[in-house]
Amino acid sequence: MPIRLVQEKNDLTVYLQGEIDHHGARGMMLALDREVSARDPRELTVDMREVGFMDSSGIAVLLRCWRRQEETGGTMRVRNVPAQARRVFTAAGLEKIIPMDD
Amino acid sequence: MTAILNQATLLFPSKSSNESFARATAACFAAQLDPTLEELGDIKTAVSEAVTNAIVHAYPRELGVVTLRLRILEGGVFEVSVKDKGVGIPDVERARQPLYTTGDDSRSGMGFTIMESFMDWVRVRSLPGKGTTVTLRKRITPRMGGAR
Repeated sequence: MPIRLVQEKNDLTVYLQGEIDHHGARGMMLALDREVSARDPRELTVDMREVGFMDSSGIAVLLRCWRRQEETGGTMRVRNVPAQARRVFTAAGLEKIIPMDD
Repeated sequence: MTAILNQATLLFPSKSSNESFARATAACFAAQLDPTLEELGDIKTAVSEAVTNAIVHAYPRELGVVTLRLRILEGGVFEVSVKDKGVGIPDVERARQPLYTTGDDSRSGMGFTIMESFMDWVRVRSLPGKGTTVTLRKRITPRMGGAR
């Protein structure tokens, strides 16, 4: 599974792993849907330090998580975004929607 | 007419597992211009978007051939074209708009926006029923001590 989870009380940290492209995005989305829904966290943190590459498929993955948190009254933030992924988020204006650390 | 200093062409079936192969190959070819890590990342991302479009949209029902043509042009310019013989794009202007997608909810509709912001030049030629060719160029900034 291209994700790793660390739960602390009501909060959940998800570590995305590997290269996020169209080929892998569907599997990652399904894994996130299943794991995040099962835990229903108050705060969801998506940690991207283990992501080696990300194209616009990653935007759809994160927006889906963000919508889920919005609908269930939770919050979401993204941290440790590698430089290449950061440029993709900036080009798409995603930082205006989802809070990103540093 | 700009001189072509080097060229390589790659043909592969429109399988999504070839997305990573295509962008890695493009980055390897571009490496001869001594790009920065950021420039290489931009090229990988833009190629990933263009190849994904061909795989997802050009051949929605069957596998087809995707042609990746890589070039080094005079003046330190990297050029990549991604060609398919798929369904074509009826309205290219509309397809290039941010958030526009005919894909499912795993697509963001930001592919062309990213190609445009990461590359210096983007050209889309498409004929419905005949196919699409997307050509991207990026000038790689010469660095101190870099052999060119």
